[in-house]
Amino acid sequence: MWTSFDTWIVIVGMLCAVACALPGCFLVLRKMSMMGDAISHAVLPGLAIAFLVTGTRASVPMFLGAALAGLLTALFTQWIMRFGNVDRGAAMGIVFTTLFAIGLLLIRRAADHVDLDPGCVLYGAIELTPLDTVALGRFDIPRAALVNGGVLLANLIVLTLFYKEFKLSSFDPDLADTLGYSSQFLHYLLMTLVAVTTVAAFESVGSIIVIAMLVVPPATALLLTHRLLPMLLIASGAAILAAVAGHLGALVVPGWFGFESTTSSGMIALASGLIFLLAWLFSPDQGIVMRRFRAAPVPIDPLSNTNTDTA
Amino acid sequence: MPGLSEILEVLLLQNYNTRLVVLSTTLLGVAAGLVGSFLLLRKRSLMGDALSHATLPGIAIAFGVMVALGGEGKSLPALLLGATLSGVAGIATMLIIRHTTRLRDDVAMGFVLSVFFGVGVASLRMVQNLPNAAGLESFIYGKAASVVMSDFLLIALVAGVASLVCLIFLKEFLVLCFDDGYAAAQGWPTLFLDVLLLGLVTAVTVIGLQSVGLILVIAFLITPPTAARFWTDRLLPMLLISAVIGGVSGWLGASLSALTPQLPAGAVIVLVAAALFLVSMLFAPVRGVLPRLLNQAALRRKEDRQHFLRAAYEILEDQAGDAPVANRSFPYEALLPKRSWTPRQLRQILRVARREDHLEPTPPGRLRLSEPGFGEAARVTRNHRLWESYLIQYADVAPSHVDRDADMVEHILGAELVRELEAKLGGTLPGQTVPPSPHSSGER
Repeated sequence: MWTSFDTWIVIVGMLCAVACALPGCFLVLRKMSMMGDAISHAVLPGLAIAFLVTGTRASVPMFLGAALAGLLTALFTQWIMRFGNVDRGAAMGIVFTTLFAIGLLLIRRAADHVDLDPGCVLYGAIELTPLDTVALGRFDIPRAALVNGGVLLANLIVLTLFYKEFKLSSFDPDLADTLGYSSQFLHYLLMTLVAVTTVAAFESVGSIIVIAMLVVPPATALLLTHRLLPMLLIASGAAILAAVAGHLGALVVPGWFGFESTTSSGMIALASGLIFLLAWLFSPDQGIVMRRFRAAPVPIDPLSNTNTDTA
Repeated sequence: MPGLSEILEVLLLQNYNTRLVVLSTTLLGVAAGLVGSFLLLRKRSLMGDALSHATLPGIAIAFGVMVALGGEGKSLPALLLGATLSGVAGIATMLIIRHTTRLRDDVAMGFVLSVFFGVGVASLRMVQNLPNAAGLESFIYGKAASVVMSDFLLIALVAGVASLVCLIFLKEFLVLCFDDGYAAAQGWPTLFLDVLLLGLVTAVTVIGLQSVGLILVIAFLITPPTAARFWTDRLLPMLLISAVIGGVSGWLGASLSALTPQLPAGAVIVLVAAALFLVSMLFAPVRGVLPRLLNQAALRRKEDRQHFLRAAYEILEDQAGDAPVANRSFPYEALLPKRSWTPRQLRQILRVARREDHLEPTPPGRLRLSEPGFGEAARVTRNHRLWESYLIQYADVAPSHVDRDADMVEHILGAELVRELEAKLGGTLPGQTVPPSPHSSGER
């Protein structure tokens, strides 16, 4: 049965999905698709330390700790790449597994007197978001909606302000540098956006949506267009669609197998995968089905003199 | 705190309770170190990351199916079979995306990771209300302490076979990793080799799931090979070092965690491996950061010294005119415009030259080379000019540009190369004399 709960869950899911998909486009273009996964694991020690220092699960210190840990992941990865001549993937892997291990140890050490389950950090609970509301005028709005809406707004503002710079430095960092736009600064700005987005979404809806939405909708968009602005729009559209379809799936699918329920986060990731599958098959110019059915191009005879340019 | 004897007992595998755990993580580390090396060289380190996440739906679905068939559900072989199957499906998806779209490796990995993990979590949530489902999530974080004899035999078998295959296919994997296009052109079955390699990664990941967990097995595949890469530029030594680092991390990490309550083995193993990585990155003699910085600093000092000596020799030449060059004192002011060095850099260079006895004590404002310094200056200038003549005669470099070109390479001319240059240009350059500059000084 569809209730106002479900409406809020879908709204929160959509806000979070679009907030992730926008910076995700630039991650994908910069061959850093795995950064979201790395950051979402690596924030664990940040959360644990913030908790151990403040002793509460208040969200502001947790948020700061996690965002800091996320930025450190990007920073350490860059250092290991630069100073050690290590491949980006390997550097990222070492940094995030090490930070995650530190986080696990801290949490286990503190586990005697706290309820900080690594599982709950990783999975989040989008289903519970409507319970935690903030009164805003006459309405009770879920805190998660405000948080993710705020992050979405921040992402929109930063990406609009630096659109041309991000575009240039994503496609040609050297040219950006010679024209005086520091690609290093833009890199860290993007990393900050990703870290903040990841952590905000993480804390409210769980990390799976974040990891999936950073990669899959942009990848879908990349199959449908060759231009940046349409890519951002298509990615946002695919993200919204995935949020709606995913939550519907979470309500319907378990019944098919005789189970009671499942988590919307996982189903939203699955839905985004199915949307990608559709684009993969049916994209007008890149889909594998469409390519098969397209007429073979008329071969050009290089010896004939009927050159259309001079006609 | 555990006593020394207790520590030794665990480390030396004397303790029955921990022996299997420590042995199995050690073997796992060795196998992962070998397999991971090829992944690293193929720039696919994060493949292990995507793969290990992709095993989760298999575990959950295998459990669900087992229960539906009336089984007990948590039989390890069945769960690992499910994990293997969904891992293989993940890899197949990755390869298909890679080959049929313009998306690159990282996107394909990110896609498989997130979608499969999403499905895994969704199906785990579905089956978690079934009886006996508690503990399935231990696959995410690992539970080394629960290794029993049959698990150990499985891990030993898979790790042994994976290591053996790596060594048997050493040459093939080498070609694949360094130049897959060349390998394909030479007629190697690159697709088969790629699939074989990924199959080994899957096998190691799946047996690592149970003891270190699906997130930390990633570190086993990435950290030891990356650390080993700092120690050598050759494949076989790299494989061996990587296997040793992996094995030592598994052995020390599992022992430490066995000795201390509350320390999960997976996390400790990862931290030991990370510590070994850090040491390798900073101090390894071949590619480590500190040795490289020291080398660079030494080279820079050598360049500075040679620049200074040649500048001094050229000043002496100008002073001598047509007479033979003699070692006399010259003014400091003549030195400064010779190269684009700042007064501060020059003072530093002179300080080093005094320390190396290339300069004699002189009144302020004047400089005078010592006897060894003068000889060295003549030698350096001679090498520079030999190289210039060679470039002009054999490489068709214009005389007006040759000074700069020679400048870039002359500092690493070995004695061997100098003899070769002498032989080539022999007729024109008798004995140890310094030839005149092959270009006019105005053109410098």
